[in-house]
Amino acid sequence: MNDVVIYTVLSLTGIGLLAAVVLYYVSKKFHVTEDERIARVEAVLPNTNCGGCGQPGCHAFAEAVVKSGDLSVLHCPVGGNPVMKQVAEVLGVKAVEKDPYIAVVRCSGSFEYRKKTNVYDGAPSCAIAAQLYSGDTGCAYGCLGMGDCVVACDFEAMYMDEKTGLPVIIEDKCTACNACVKSCPKDILELWPKGKKNQRIYVACLNEEKGSTARKECAVACSGCAKCAEACRYEAITIDHNLATIDPDKCKLCAECIDTCDVRNIVATNFSPEKLQQASEHRQKREERERKKREEEKAQATANNNPEPTV
Amino acid sequence: MSQSLLTVAPSPHIHTELTIPQVMRGVIIAMVPALLVSVYNFGLGAVYVTGLSILFCAGAEWIICKYLLKREPSIADGSAVITGMLLAFNVPSNLPWHIILIGSLVSVGIGKMSFGGLGNNPFNPALVGRVFLLLSFPVEMTSWPQAVATWSLDGTTGATPLGILKDGLRAGETVPALMPQMPSYTDFFFGFQGGSLGEMSAFALLIGLGYMLYRKIITWHIPVTMIATVFVMTGIFWFIDPTRFASPLFHVLTGGVMLGAIFMATDYVTSPVSHKGMIVFAIGCGVLTVLIRLFGAYPEGVSFAILIMNAFVPLINTYLKPVRYGRKK
Amino acid sequence: MKNRAFHKELKTFRLGGVHPQDNKLSASAPLAQLPLPKQVTIPIIQHIGAPAKVVVQRGDTVRVGQVIAQHEGFISSNIHASCSGRIGIIEEVMDSSGFKHLAVNIRVKGDDWLETIDRTDTLVEGISLSRDEIVARVMEAGVVGMGGAGFPSHAKIKVPEGKTIDTLIINGVECEPYLTADHRLMLEKPREIIVGVRILMRALGVSRAIIGIEDNKHDAIELFDEWLREDKQIEVQPLEVQYPQGGEKQLIQAVLDREVPSGGLPADVGVIVHNVGTTFAIYEAVQKNKPLVERVVTVTGKDVKQPSNFWVRIGTPVIELITAAGGLPESTGKVVSGGPMMGKAIADLEVPVAKGTSGILMIAQAETKRAEEYNCVHCGKCIEACPMGLEPYRLLLLSKAGQSEKSKRENVLDCIECGSCSFVCPSNRPILDYIRLSKTKVKKLK
Ligand code: SF4
Ligand code: SF4
Ligand code: SF4
Ligand code: SF4
Repeated sequence: MNDVVIYTVLSLTGIGLLAAVVLYYVSKKFHVTEDERIARVEAVLPNTNCGGCGQPGCHAFAEAVVKSGDLSVLHCPVGGNPVMKQVAEVLGVKAVEKDPYIAVVRCSGSFEYRKKTNVYDGAPSCAIAAQLYSGDTGCAYGCLGMGDCVVACDFEAMYMDEKTGLPVIIEDKCTACNACVKSCPKDILELWPKGKKNQRIYVACLNEEKGSTARKECAVACSGCAKCAEACRYEAITIDHNLATIDPDKCKLCAECIDTCDVRNIVATNFSPEKLQQASEHRQKREERERKKREEEKAQATANNNPEPTV
Repeated sequence: MSQSLLTVAPSPHIHTELTIPQVMRGVIIAMVPALLVSVYNFGLGAVYVTGLSILFCAGAEWIICKYLLKREPSIADGSAVITGMLLAFNVPSNLPWHIILIGSLVSVGIGKMSFGGLGNNPFNPALVGRVFLLLSFPVEMTSWPQAVATWSLDGTTGATPLGILKDGLRAGETVPALMPQMPSYTDFFFGFQGGSLGEMSAFALLIGLGYMLYRKIITWHIPVTMIATVFVMTGIFWFIDPTRFASPLFHVLTGGVMLGAIFMATDYVTSPVSHKGMIVFAIGCGVLTVLIRLFGAYPEGVSFAILIMNAFVPLINTYLKPVRYGRKK
Repeated sequence: MKNRAFHKELKTFRLGGVHPQDNKLSASAPLAQLPLPKQVTIPIIQHIGAPAKVVVQRGDTVRVGQVIAQHEGFISSNIHASCSGRIGIIEEVMDSSGFKHLAVNIRVKGDDWLETIDRTDTLVEGISLSRDEIVARVMEAGVVGMGGAGFPSHAKIKVPEGKTIDTLIINGVECEPYLTADHRLMLEKPREIIVGVRILMRALGVSRAIIGIEDNKHDAIELFDEWLREDKQIEVQPLEVQYPQGGEKQLIQAVLDREVPSGGLPADVGVIVHNVGTTFAIYEAVQKNKPLVERVVTVTGKDVKQPSNFWVRIGTPVIELITAAGGLPESTGKVVSGGPMMGKAIADLEVPVAKGTSGILMIAQAETKRAEEYNCVHCGKCIEACPMGLEPYRLLLLSKAGQSEKSKRENVLDCIECGSCSFVCPSNRPILDYIRLSKTKVKKLK
């Protein structure tokens, strides 16, 4: 019995020593000297390896910035401006400020508004369902509700709302890493500027069907009626393929469009009801003024006997 | 159109009836003949040990699922019952209940659930339990009651044929001199020998094998290869020196070779996935069994052999790919 | 004297395979004409390749056989009016693919055929056209592979540059459970099919053709054997019943023991495979000048009142077929367009029958509902079943982990999506669901 113990100990020690020697040489042989700034950049990064910057991970990002030294393209959305400032310091270049972004859900077809037309029984993955067919409701553009996006989020910034069947984004946790956006086969999620005072306005629908068809599929679908586009003073809303889309760069967050939508599908986050009320009144007054002005012009035109029509 | 909504899913739209619960039930049925033999041989002891073992294993799984992992208990899939039965098959029929309890806890708790439950365990849970017991309770685990139907719980105990052989050889005797102390081959075949609960009767185990092959639960690859390997290898040694080595038939029919080859090496989870891999694995099990039996410290080698080969399964799965269609060079 | 087919040794493919219950409930139901529907909706893409271009307008009157959408390029196919009447709305509608595609609606009026089409039943045996003329005729008639894939047939009868074809295989396997469309066609139109085979042989310039038929269609094997007794060039090869024998690659392996190299085509090993349904359509196109406007569709299911085989005009709503077979059974959980192994479940019974629709199958909810999924137990059954020698359990894990590169190395693109792996998995794992996803991702890698 004793022999066995001795042999075991000896052979294990032998193997251990051998491995140590081999490892030592291998590490020596393959050692590469790295720019020490890479390590320093890496140290200030969040090190979540989420890939939100477009690089495979934080180390790769550090390598890339050190190599290019250009901060206008490479940006860590998770760390945001504070982290990028530190990175700039390490590199000795000027920091480039970027507006923070957040993910928004561009579908509001909850169970209540969007009736099921069939029952999906395949593997519970949006990507798989999307590849199979247009979905378990009439709307071929809407959220499939199986939460691929929630799985993709590394920051626990999302959950599926059981009552609506739609994902919800937790504002303080979302880092705009883009993971959910990439994971969604229906492109429901989109990164949107976080906005002043966290206020954002967007159309929560992607349905491109004709208005009547769209409404049959989902009671709150955007019908492309263009009332919101008409109401917008900044031409931030465009109608394309029967769908209204707001350009966040042009949107001034005046919120005057919100109640022009007959199904209330323009989402305004973090606006107080009073503010929305005001915006609505403001718009109505403005429209009233404009209408009066048009009527006057028309009256004048007829008075002047000018056949030129007013727009 | 009917009122209820139609279902949509990717193809295929039909499925075989042989699902996990069915498979597990099939394996349990296949073990019944061997169980009957041991009940016939050991009487109440066999019933008692098997019953307790099943109870403890299933209980352990239930409790672990419910209170530790906080998920739906997975008893219904039947794998805990199999672990329980296999553990019982691998111990003497007079084992005290507290040892069975410890064995069950180790099997299910450490052998299976700690890896994430059915499908994720690298080692055969019943064997983990058995080896643990063998190392912790060497005396209790190797006092084998004699194969006489005694309907009381304490019968006389004695050694297994392999034990007799090993001790005899150590004492300097030759195989032919030891053979008369053993039961005949027919007795081996039908199960009149000392040993663990389930390894009694090659005949009963073969019936089980036949059933599992018929139900297409397992394929022939592992059991046949492993038994053949043991047979051939011991045959070679026997041929070289029949005074020092017992005959191949003796080796195949005694100890856990049949039990191991049919029920333990074939465990889905801990055996390779491809046919090629299965054959390599089974040869490995056979060779190790013979080496341990003939040259190792233990008279019995099947459990260790299978456990060691279990450790190689991931490697085998990575390197032994099935033959691909259309990729011949 | 030639060896009689039914004395021949049964052949089959070597790797994998499964044995689902064949449930050929409609095997004894003769082909019947489905009454003309009130309207047909004809998708303009029913084939692999470029969509056809619509050449009619709303309000136009069309006759049966008239081209309503013209092929665009060589790998594309003509679409014909399958009924006479007035063109209705041309818009995107849901088809059996599960997505919306452009389709032409025809309000059916009468049954007015183009007079160039020979609608009689007389057998025309003499083949007068040259190779190129045959290709042109088949292309004009809009024939596509009718086994499901829908590859334009004319493209498959033109021998690819630099390849020599020595054998034509006719696929009469119909390995999908339930389906009997090809079986009935073989029983009722054997001589037409044989002429079709000769046409294909001439077009391809081959002197050997083998008709592969599974052994569960003994009557068809005998019938063909009878008609081909004196034929030196065409033979019948009975095959063991095993799924997916109807897969091109498996059929070639079964009949000739050749393996199509990965990523290659049957032509790479000197073989072209055509389905019997397609062969019949080619006969009609070439000898009768009849475009592909109708096909045989099996309507079946365990609870269906009258499992049937219908001649159906392309574009007929599925619901019409179901009604004609006795209505949708109460128990129905899924309606599948195609067979149970590879067919598509449809959610909407208004979807039209397309050129590739071989059957409409109603499966009871109890039978088709997916059961509880367990962890992979590494039983290896999926590997044993895979006719391509893949490791489906591993492909599923790689797909879940998003490891496209590795999946590619594990040859995920070789998967023929036969579904054998999902079918056998005792843990009910959605293997093929994930493999398909992985294939899409791997294809995007390049
Ligand atoms: S919600 Fe989306 S963008 Fe925000 S952190 Fe999660 S995955 Fe990234
Ligand atoms: S947003 Fe996209 S990924 Fe998320 S649940 Fe909806 S369809 Fe799925
Ligand atoms: S679906 Fe693909 S992986 Fe599965 S058995 Fe068929 S060929 Fe193999
Ligand atoms: S058949 Fe299912 S359980 Fe068995 S190895 Fe394949 S995936 Fe795993």
